[in-house]
Parts: sequence; C-alpha cells; structure tokens
Amino acid sequence: MTGAKTAVETAAAVRSGDRSARSVVEEALAAISSREEELHACNEVMADSARARAGAIDAAVAHGEDPGPLAGVPIALKDNLCVQGELTTCSSKILEGWRPPYTATVVERLLAAGAIPIAKTNLDEFAMGSSTENSAFGPTRNPHDMTRVPGGSSGGSAAAVSAGYVPLALGSDTGGSIRQPAAFCGVVGVKPTYGRVSRYGLIAFASSLDQIGPFATTVDDAALLLETIWGPDQMDSTSIPSQPDPIGAGSDVSGLRIGIIEELTDLEGIAPEVRASVERAASGLEGSGAHIERVSIPSCAYGLSAYYLIAPAEASSNLARYDGVRYGLRVDGADVAEMNAKTRAAGFGAEVKRRIMLGTYALSAGYYDAYYGQAQKVRTLIIGDFAQAYERFDVLLSPTAPTEAFKIGAKTADPLAMYMSDICTIPTNLAGHAAMSVPFGTGAEGLPIGVQVLAPALGESVMFTVARAVEGLR
Amino acid sequence: MTTYETVIGLEVHVELATRTKLFCGCANEFGAEPNTHVCPVCLGLPGSLPVLNRTVVEFALLLGVALNFDVPPSSIFHRKNYFYPDMPKDFQVSQFDEPICVDGWIDVAGERIRIERAHMEEDTGKTTHMGGGGRIHDADYSLVDYNRAGIPLLEIVSRPDMGSAEQARGYVSELRAILATIGISDVKMEEGSMRVDANVSLRANSTDVLGTKVEIKNMNSLRSLGRAIDSEIERQSAMLDSEEVIIQETRHWDEVAGITHGMRSKEGSSDYRYFPEPDLVPVAPTDEMRKVARESVPELPAPKRERLISDWGIGSSDARVLVDDRALCAYAEAAVAAGGSGKDVTNWCTGEILGYLNEHGSTPEALILRPEGLAELVALLADDTLSRSLAKDVLEECLATPVMPREVVERRGLAQMNDEGELAALVDEVLGRNEDAIAQWKAGDEKARKKKRGFLMGELMKTSGSKGNPKVLNQLLDERLHD
Repeated sequence: MTGAKTAVETAAAVRSGDRSARSVVEEALAAISSREEELHACNEVMADSARARAGAIDAAVAHGEDPGPLAGVPIALKDNLCVQGELTTCSSKILEGWRPPYTATVVERLLAAGAIPIAKTNLDEFAMGSSTENSAFGPTRNPHDMTRVPGGSSGGSAAAVSAGYVPLALGSDTGGSIRQPAAFCGVVGVKPTYGRVSRYGLIAFASSLDQIGPFATTVDDAALLLETIWGPDQMDSTSIPSQPDPIGAGSDVSGLRIGIIEELTDLEGIAPEVRASVERAASGLEGSGAHIERVSIPSCAYGLSAYYLIAPAEASSNLARYDGVRYGLRVDGADVAEMNAKTRAAGFGAEVKRRIMLGTYALSAGYYDAYYGQAQKVRTLIIGDFAQAYERFDVLLSPTAPTEAFKIGAKTADPLAMYMSDICTIPTNLAGHAAMSVPFGTGAEGLPIGVQVLAPALGESVMFTVARAVEGLR
Repeated sequence: MTTYETVIGLEVHVELATRTKLFCGCANEFGAEPNTHVCPVCLGLPGSLPVLNRTVVEFALLLGVALNFDVPPSSIFHRKNYFYPDMPKDFQVSQFDEPICVDGWIDVAGERIRIERAHMEEDTGKTTHMGGGGRIHDADYSLVDYNRAGIPLLEIVSRPDMGSAEQARGYVSELRAILATIGISDVKMEEGSMRVDANVSLRANSTDVLGTKVEIKNMNSLRSLGRAIDSEIERQSAMLDSEEVIIQETRHWDEVAGITHGMRSKEGSSDYRYFPEPDLVPVAPTDEMRKVARESVPELPAPKRERLISDWGIGSSDARVLVDDRALCAYAEAAVAAGGSGKDVTNWCTGEILGYLNEHGSTPEALILRPEGLAELVALLADDTLSRSLAKDVLEECLATPVMPREVVERRGLAQMNDEGELAALVDEVLGRNEDAIAQWKAGDEKARKKKRGFLMGELMKTSGSKGNPKVLNQLLDERLHD
C-alpha cells in the first residue's frame, strides 16, 4: 500500500488551492506507470484527457470557482462504462474498436463533481467471472501477490485502488463483482440498492441484477463517491425516483441489531480465518454497543442456483445485439446468419458462450417454467426471507468471499468452483438490497479478507455506519 | 363438392402518431433520410436503456375506451428474442401474456366481433435488399434504415369471429374509422401505418373444430385484403376437396399475380424465448389517466352515423362516406351548425365538394369556401334564390376565390326570378314571337309535342338569362299551351 491521500483529502486540497489537480494526475499516472506492466489493471489509460481536465480544474480554482466535491480526484472506471469517444471494450474482442457516442450517467455526474477519469479498467469479459481471468486482454494480478487473482469481475478497478493508482474506482456488481474483488484486494467495495444508481451507460450483463458502485480505500471515500453518482435518472426506468438522504458520517452502532447470517458464515468451504474475521468484527461491534445474534436465512442456500439461471437468461438476450451488423467485430459469412454466427464464435470467450447457452436453454419453450420460472420463485423466497430477517435486524453480517484471493489458474478449469466464490454476495443482488465489503483481517496466506455488511433496500445510511465501525475496529 | 365455413381472425398493427418513438426522444416521422432519426436507445447501443413514452400509454387507454377493452391494473413488457439485422437489439420489446388491453369488441354491420387484446410494441428497422430483384435470398447486399426502429405500435388482435372477406373488410374499415376518430394513428394502409395480417382457416360446415390456419401478409389496401382472403379461401377449398393437408404457415400476398405465395420458413421453429423485460417497470395507468381517456374519446363512428341519419335524414351510405372522412364530416357539421340543412349539406359535401377535393388533391380544411359559405349556398337554393344549375356555377366560383355565395349572386345578378307576374310577362313575350312553334305543338303527335315544348322551355330559360324559376315557368307554359 502506498501512503496516497484519500479522495476526501485530495478534493479538499484541490478545492482550497493547496494542491493542483495537475500534480494529482501526474502522481496517479506515475503510479500507474510504475506497476501497470506487472498488474495489468487497465485496458486504457486516458492520460491526455485526464491532463486536460486537470488543467481545466486548476483554471477554475484559480478563477475562484468550486469544481465540485471530487475536485481533481482521479478515478478509474470499469471498462463496461460508456465514455463518449473512448474505447469501451467490456474486455471482449467483440467490441473491438467501438467508441460510444454517449457517456454513462454516472460518469457525467463524476465529471460534474470535478472528478478526473484516468483509466478504463480490466474485467472478466462482460463482467462474467470472479477472477478477471476471463478477459480477452489477459488477467489482472492482485497487487498484494502477483501470483493471485484480484477477484472479479471488477478486478481491474479493485487492483487500481489497492495498488494506489487512484483513491477511487467504479465497478459493477451483478453477483458480487464489486464486493468480492474488494475483499481480495483489501479495499472497500459497495453494491448499492438496486435502482439507486443509474445503469444508463453501463453495458448490461444481467439487467435485473447489475448495479454500479464504488471502490475506495476508506468507508468515507466510498460514501463520498456513492453520494456523487446516486439518485434518480430519467434515462433509467428502474432508477428509484426519490432523492436519497445523505449517508451521514456516523459510526455509532450502540443499540443496533446485527445478525450474522448462518447459511453464509457456517457454510462448508468458508475458510476458518474468514469465519473468524466475521466473528471478530461481530464481537467488536458488540463491544461498541450493538446487539449481535445469529440469524437463519434458509433460502440463501439456493441463491447461487437461482442466480445461474436468471443472470445467464438475461445475458443471453442482452448480448444478442453483438451480431456484427452495426459495430464492433464482424467476421464475414455467406449470408447474414453465417456472419452473425462466425462473428459471435470469434468474438466471445468461453465463459460468455457458456452463459449465453445456459441462458438460452433456461428460456426455451418447454424449459422456461422448470428453470427461469423456478429461479424467479426462489428469488421471491429470498426476498421474503430477508424481509423477515430485517424485521428483527438493522443490518446483517457475513463473509464477502469464502476464501482469500486464490492463485491465478486455480479455478479456471472448474467453472462451478469459480461460481462458488460468489456464494456470499449473490443473495443481495437477487433481493435488490445493498451490501458492502470492508477489509477486516487476513487469511492464512496473509492476504486481505473482507467482511460483508448487508442492509435492506435503501438502507445505505445504517450500512455505512456499521461499515465505519468495522473499519474503526482494525 | 363440400362446402366449408371460413374462419378469419385479423392482427392489425397500427403505427401510433406520437411525436417521439416508444422508448426514446427520436422523432417519429415518416420519410426522413435513412438513419437520421436514431440515438443510442433506438439503435440499441451497448449500455442504453428504454424509457416508456407516456403518450403511447395514453393512446392505448383511448383505444381501450373506443374498442370496449378491459385495461387491467398493470401490464408488462416482454422481450421477444430472435436475430434479425433490422432489429438493433436482436430482440423486440413487446407485450406478451399481460397486455395493456384485453377482451374488447366492436359491432360491424350488426355483428359483434370480439377483440382478444391490444398490446404495445416497438417497430423494427427497415431492410432494403439490393440486387437479385429485391429478395433477401438473391440479394447482393442489404441496407438497413433504423429510423423506423422503435416507432410505437399497437397490435390489435381479433378473435376468429369473421366468416368472409367482406366481413373482414368491414371490420378493418370500422377499426380504421375508430382509430382516425380517436386520433392515435394516420391509419394509412398504403404507407404502412396500418398493417393487416389475416389468419384464415376453413372447416367443414358440420364441425366445430377449427381447421389449420394460414397467416397471410402484405396486403396494403382494403381491396387487397379482400382479394387475398378470397384467394386463400379458394386455395384451401381446392386443397381440402382433393384431401390435401393444409400446413400452418405464413403466406405472402402477391398483388400483381392475385395469389398468395408460401414464404420460406424461418430456420427452425420460432421459439422467441419471451421473458419479462428487466429494463422496464410495469405499466400501471392511474385512475386519473383512465378518467382522462374516458373523457377524451370523441363521438365514435357508429353512434355518429346513427345521429346523422336520424338528425339530418340522410341515407346510411352517405352517413358512412361522411363519417369515414373525419375532415369532411367536420366541415359538413360546421355548415349545418351555420344554418344549412343537413340533407342538402350532405348532398353537396358527398357530391360536388368531394369531387373537387379528389380532383385537386385538397382537404376540407384547405377549402377557400368555409362551412358558413356552404350553409349560405344551401340556403340560397332552399329559398329559391338560386336554381340548382346556377348554384353549381356559384359554388365553382366560391371554391376558386374567397367570396361568399350571396356576393356572387348579387354581383352577377344571378338571383332567380320567382315573381309570377314577371314570369307570366316573360312567357307572353316568348310565346308571342314563337307562334309557329305553338302551332306545331298543337298539331303534333306526342313526340313532336315533347320536342316543341322542350324548345319553348329552352327559349324561356334563355330569355330569362337562366334566372327564371324553372318550376314556375314549366307550370305557366303548360297552362298557356293547354289554354
């Protein structure tokens, strides 16, 4: 870890004129240069546009203007977020050469707040994976151990923050793709309530589960970033129409009722150090005045199965548009159908193809009820079980991931083992709730472990309070 | 030969006349340069999301009222998945098992036609196949125009309640009049803003079981709809007579050849893998929206025809002509409101005025003669100020220049002579200089008499400068001849 300043500190320094945005950007570019060759966290470094923006921010400050709450803060963007005119790849060959003619809502909001997008980060192709090994451009490595994965799918963003390139990054979380890499890389990662952050400009994997969220080194930085990007957006029909209340700066957990989810903590396959970290966090919180109890959410056990029907089903439809007709890769064929098929065969990687096939099958006539329909019922059960739990608890705790970061290549031959690394994070996506991972403790190999704080829909404020308290226990 | 009962159900796609597309702000406009009304949303670019156009829901609610539909508390969109280059996302956003309108009906010529449903969906782009006679399989390449992609459609699906081409045409004609009345579509079959697909099956008269249905497409007028159905009935009857098996398929109407062709079947069977569109939320019209819809539906064609027939004393075919042409009907109603008699106004509107409009490709709104002028003309005729033939002259002038009929009559001195004393003097004068003709009339047989009488009447009109009241002149002439 570097001694880099937090986003809160950097923004304050730039706004007051104590530091120039140019120097902040140059420092970030230098950090990227020093480690990027070995890490491969970035698909694209936007040095020119970052320098230009930094110059504009410095000029604004010199004119006595306030560039905004993220003034001069460099930020990395997962490469499934559209930025007008910038290569946007989803780490897939199929989007070869595509530059979006428009910018995602979250990025517009970052720019309006004075932030400086500096890199597009690597991911598992179309966000499908848990290790960033499914990238068409090669894997990203864990800054804590070059032989290990950073987690995924937002592994590039997690690594960029963890390696000190930037204090902030955005990722997307469909089944744990922010929280699990945050845990593996020892940073804070947040999946907000579904609908809290606009998905306009986020290239879809599974629309009913995808949600954009922050990576940061501190809980406060994550809150600052989330408050910058969230809120209603008329370009996203699923965006929650109400204005969110401020997250607040509290860390007082006295009187809060906190449940430890048995099904996710006592599960076979959870490393002892991971379980111990959750328990240690819980007893720390108890020491700060919280009431701790164990709670059973039985349907959590079926989350993974339901997820691997719903997410691929939606993906099979979302990814149909990559057909070689309008943009990206085209491999010619004798007729349109052959061109479509050849393009998709050449453009998609193995995991993406696997999920498109799974999803197509799950939606097929005669199988819909047994697979997709049944999975939706499980989803309803999970929502019901969580609702019951939240009658008794303000927030819930669990591990973020079953283990610390695993070795590169360790699970690539076994998709099911790979899928298992999202078992603790998936239920939140199915329920549409909020959850975040806070670094807490280390594993047997000395790598970071994350504790997951789960909250009901729109429960970000209490979730951040507890996360801050956990952070304070370190 | 066996006789068969024909069973017809119709699927009518209507392009809605909204300002913008179904899920984005692009203009909904026919005939623009290709790919100029497009944006990330209707091009389905990665990361874009649909947002439902509220006007489309309002239009669907109007349709709900007009076609006696139930509108359930909420309906949802589904994705219909299939690959086609004119579909930017390779799925169509449509409604499936929870459409916005269900269980409607309309009456057509005294028969009730049930309507299963109406649902909202997006149109696809338009593909033009270049070379190879414009057919996809022989084309060198194809061009796609996405201006049409995302144009809002309502698909109106009838029950199989029609038994003849005639009845199917009647249904579509009535539907078209209703859609025009509620103002949600241009309903031009020729331009494709109203597209009709027909499902046709035959069954032996003795059975209740439906036969295999065949879908026919590509009819671009009411006339071709009728012809296509009749041709399909003929084809299927012949097949059944020779005990051939009818296969369920889609057939293409060939307007020139006057027959349907089987289309090459799409590869594999069509499994569209429908599932709820996760990027949209359920459509739940509020009570306020429903109330506005109920109050916004104007008088519908059927009750309007009945009203005109009973209030104006006009025939049902005139009533249909008027009501099917909303602008002309509005014109006629304004003329009646300005004092014209309904029957006379209708005669002029469906006669000379409609003729003028067709000849000049004009619209009632654009006529120089305003409805008040027509009312005045009708009144001048009714009070015998104008003869019918002079009235046509006056109308002609009023359609060409901005003058009122009375002005024309006064300026040109066209007022009819109705004074009996004046007319009697005129008769005396004309008969006085035509003693020969009178003699010939007296001596002639019936044929000669008729001829001479016609001659004398012509002289009278000529002498009066066409202004003599012909009825009175006729009467006076008869009296004098028979003296």
